[in-house]
Amino acid sequence: MTASPELQREMLRQMQTIRRFEERASDDYHNGAIYGVVHCYIGEEAVAVGVCSALNKDDQIISNHRGHGHCIAKGADLNRMMAELYGRQDGYCKGKGGSMHIADFSIGMLGANGIVGGGLSIVTGAGLAAQLEGKGRVAVCFFGDGASNAGSFHESLNIAARWKLPMLYVCEHNSWAANTSSRMTHARDDVASRAAGYGIPGVVVDGNDVLAVYEAATDAVARARAGEGPTLIECKTYRWRAHTERPGAADPRPLEEIAAWMAKDPIQHLVDDLKQQQGQYSDAEFQALDDAVMSAVAAAVAFAEASPFPAPEAALDDVFAD
Amino acid sequence: MREISYARAGMEALVEEMRRDPTTIHLATDAPPSLVEEFGEARIRATPITENAFSGIAIGAAGSGLRPIVNWSMVTFCFVAMDQIVNQASKIHYMFGGQQTFPIVFRSSVGGGTSLAAQHSQSPYSMFMNLAGLKLILPATPYDMKGLLKSAIRDNNPVLSFESTRLMGFKGEVPDDDYTIPLGVADVKRTGSDITVVALAWLVHEALAAAEEMAKEGVSVEVVDPRTLFPMDNETIRASVQKTGRLVIADEAGPTAGAAAEIAALVTEDAATFAALKAPPKRVCALQVPIPYSPGLENHVFPDRNRIIAGIREVMAAG
Repeated sequence: MTASPELQREMLRQMQTIRRFEERASDDYHNGAIYGVVHCYIGEEAVAVGVCSALNKDDQIISNHRGHGHCIAKGADLNRMMAELYGRQDGYCKGKGGSMHIADFSIGMLGANGIVGGGLSIVTGAGLAAQLEGKGRVAVCFFGDGASNAGSFHESLNIAARWKLPMLYVCEHNSWAANTSSRMTHARDDVASRAAGYGIPGVVVDGNDVLAVYEAATDAVARARAGEGPTLIECKTYRWRAHTERPGAADPRPLEEIAAWMAKDPIQHLVDDLKQQQGQYSDAEFQALDDAVMSAVAAAVAFAEASPFPAPEAALDDVFAD
Repeated sequence: MREISYARAGMEALVEEMRRDPTTIHLATDAPPSLVEEFGEARIRATPITENAFSGIAIGAAGSGLRPIVNWSMVTFCFVAMDQIVNQASKIHYMFGGQQTFPIVFRSSVGGGTSLAAQHSQSPYSMFMNLAGLKLILPATPYDMKGLLKSAIRDNNPVLSFESTRLMGFKGEVPDDDYTIPLGVADVKRTGSDITVVALAWLVHEALAAAEEMAKEGVSVEVVDPRTLFPMDNETIRASVQKTGRLVIADEAGPTAGAAAEIAALVTEDAATFAALKAPPKRVCALQVPIPYSPGLENHVFPDRNRIIAGIREVMAAG
């Protein structure tokens, strides 16, 4: 299915929001307002946005350590996200989680997760719940090429295929698991080809083309809602930043490789598409969109700064539910 | 009152709770035919042998409104799922700021005594006591099994149910009526005045036998069964030791950083209880080795009523 002009503009807004949010998060991490670690998704925005644009609010997704993009694409509130990064009381996790553990169950965002491969089986459980509920909801796993080599990938896909769970497994193949090239770790570089082993469709898509991602996701969602089981979608993409934003962090990736991928900017790709398809999209319109996005990010920072730090003794809250 | 086995009591708890709550599902590497017949294949899932995957599936299903009951069979196999237990289940409610509940029960058998050798004769509950975010039950009787497991299934947190291999065929009184036993409440299995024996699982019965033996010598032994390892009922244990002034702790696990060490600490670090002690506490635990296969070797490693008696005599002689 082709995305409507309105949806394409919304996709552009979301991708630009992810980028501007993370640029700010990176700056604020470097100036000390954000703690611990930040993993940026910049360069891969088309995957989260393309897939989530094919979902309903009550569909569920799970993320990994590089989770800001998935949160924003699923509709998370920028204010509460930024407040969480700032370690504040009004953050999504009341300051307990930080960048690697942002979740919003009310919009079907089952959490970023600091363990590579950790989310694969968890979200498969969400798929099982959706199947038992029988209302046509689907569950989506975002994971990287690194996680595709973990046992949980194979275990989860086998179970989802056998039980025909309404699932999308979306591999963001950026060719680097932290600082190790997939060429050194993958027996075969294409992850999608593994789908054959489980008897499910395995689709390779240009992960920097949001419309192509959207179309692949739409097909897979329709299949899942119809009870035909899971699909593995491999999105070829690339992260522009190092594995983490930590100053001085090693980044062994060749500069020419990074530059080649930056030339395939997913945001510029959609801007070019919009100009070409509709002939009306202008640089001025994009500038207005960016201004609005920058305002939203600035508002999120203001919200975070205004939110108090949690009381120290709140560290004892929420270990157990009532 | 009717008598049923420990294993039967666990099955009754499971079946009654699955009847009571349609959001419960069962995940295990085998699907018992009686359960499939009553509840259907949709809720009674036979999984591949993938403890890591189906433990994670339980977490995701719990976070999506179901109440999964996972059976790892032996605790041995839970180690394959440690990422999901340690990194996910124990922390997921907390690190997401309490926004979602994760009601899950993970069942497994623990302990030895059946010549199953090192991998299949483990009692690793203290590893999980050390994590924040998991509740742990360890029933010693059919009555406690049924009441505790029902509470575990109704609890809104991940609960690990450790069930004693040696006790599976052990029979005891269990009422027909629905009842639950709250988590975190110890049970004084025998009252006494000279010495407290805090015993776990199978060793509760060995401690009761030891108490019977010691009574012939005029030593009055109180046997306390914590029943829940987290939350631990510190008050009941401390009250017993304050009364008797002496403590032996009997556990089928090894002593190092174990449940027995924790119980010794909660007694000795409490000023009032410490002041009441007439002698140093004594741990009667398995020897700190992997569990061997050959019966003579295995029996040498595990504590039993005779070692509890020796422990009681040692503490009585000390003060």
